[in-house]
Amino acid sequence: MAKNDVKLLGAWPSPFVLRARVALNIKSVKYEFLEETMAPKSELLLQSNPVYKKIPVLIHGDKPICESQVIVQYIDEAWTSGPSILPSDPCDRAIHRFWAVYLDETWFPTMKGLLAVQGEERKPLMDQLSEGIVLLEEAFGKCSKGKAFFGGDGIGFLDIVFGCFLGWLRVSEKITGLKLLDEAKTPRLVKWAESFCADAAVKGIMPETNKLLEFARALAAKMREAPPKN
Amino acid sequence: MAEEVLVFGAWGSPFSRRVEMALKLKGIEYKFIEEDLTNKSPSLLKYNPVHKKIPVLVHNGKPVAESLVILEYIDETWKDHPILPKDPYERANARFWAKFIDEKCLSAIFKACWGACWGEEKEHEKAEIEHEKAVKEVSELLQFLENELKEKRYFGGETVGLLDIAANTIGYWLGVFEEASGVELLTREKFPKLCNWANEFVCVTAIKENLPPRDKLIAYFRNRFGAGNASK
Repeated sequence: MAKNDVKLLGAWPSPFVLRARVALNIKSVKYEFLEETMAPKSELLLQSNPVYKKIPVLIHGDKPICESQVIVQYIDEAWTSGPSILPSDPCDRAIHRFWAVYLDETWFPTMKGLLAVQGEERKPLMDQLSEGIVLLEEAFGKCSKGKAFFGGDGIGFLDIVFGCFLGWLRVSEKITGLKLLDEAKTPRLVKWAESFCADAAVKGIMPETNKLLEFARALAAKMREAPPKN
Repeated sequence: MAEEVLVFGAWGSPFSRRVEMALKLKGIEYKFIEEDLTNKSPSLLKYNPVHKKIPVLVHNGKPVAESLVILEYIDETWKDHPILPKDPYERANARFWAKFIDEKCLSAIFKACWGACWGEEKEHEKAEIEHEKAVKEVSELLQFLENELKEKRYFGGETVGLLDIAANTIGYWLGVFEEASGVELLTREKFPKLCNWANEFVCVTAIKENLPPRDKLIAYFRNRFGAGNASK
């Protein structure tokens, strides 16, 4: 294997894998995409991510890098020609990272929770997601400073972290009837979502919502059949 | 403009202590504001409205929240005594393990020390099994860190770095939890490198000066979580 070969272990429905792909595209890095079936997990995956056994894993030469936010920052720092992904000012960087943590530790887990329950149980989770997206709308106002993206003129770290959830956001809207991106409540994010999905680094690789919806429904059916885990 | 650095924290929290350790390492003067977490100040609520949690660093009026985000901010703002290496792969490594410690280790340690403590008599056997499972999980997690240390003095190499600071929960608080709950987790027999590292870590001046008093911490955790999961 050549010293600078780049491989990405991933799967098409994963928003976390999408992040790595967008970042690589922004930097115009050629890479080999290895689609993981996840059942069973490949030897390569188990070897290169023994801690979590999860995708995405970026393999640069012989070095594996795991965890999507770590991967995106690595891509930004390892390939310095091409646009920067993290903003240059430490304050702005901290703001991007703060919201990235919020999205991964608070907001998206709530969305996953929402997709796993039915009926009345959905309401409090829907409320939490709606409150959260209003916070993100405000954050967008502050970060973008009038420009198209959280990162300004071009896609930045927070755009990638949040934008890659858009497919699953749309799936949640379709399944639950909840409107998260709303012209009245989150006008800036509505526009931002369009810009993000239309960007050259994203366009060819963002999974179609209908395909994701089919996948989500199949997954939900499988989980209903499975014996309850302890 | 004169530089103003505030840290909102709590004396016993490893997360707010991380921020102080990094600032001390870099020789940055700051003002510490002790928060009563049962009665949070209006300032804390203003500076961290989303989570209302400590620590928060306020630099010339601008707040930064989330301890690992704060550590990176500190390193990027004050360039002396860097806590992250220059090499992108080594940086990725430090970030990965810091996240691992926060995401997996702490909750596993808590579960081993205090989880499933209070059960009815008939639940005792189930609690024992759960406890053994929890201890085994902590052991597996600590093994990853033991392997990561290799022959280095610190996770950061020759000097204390971001990962060492993030590992303060392992280097100091873990010992406190062990004593407070009576559960043994970080044994010298199984984790010689990690034990050596912990001893070195707590001797570093910037770290030593920022460790809360051990007895006070033990008493606090015993009080809060009870006598713990030690086999009776």
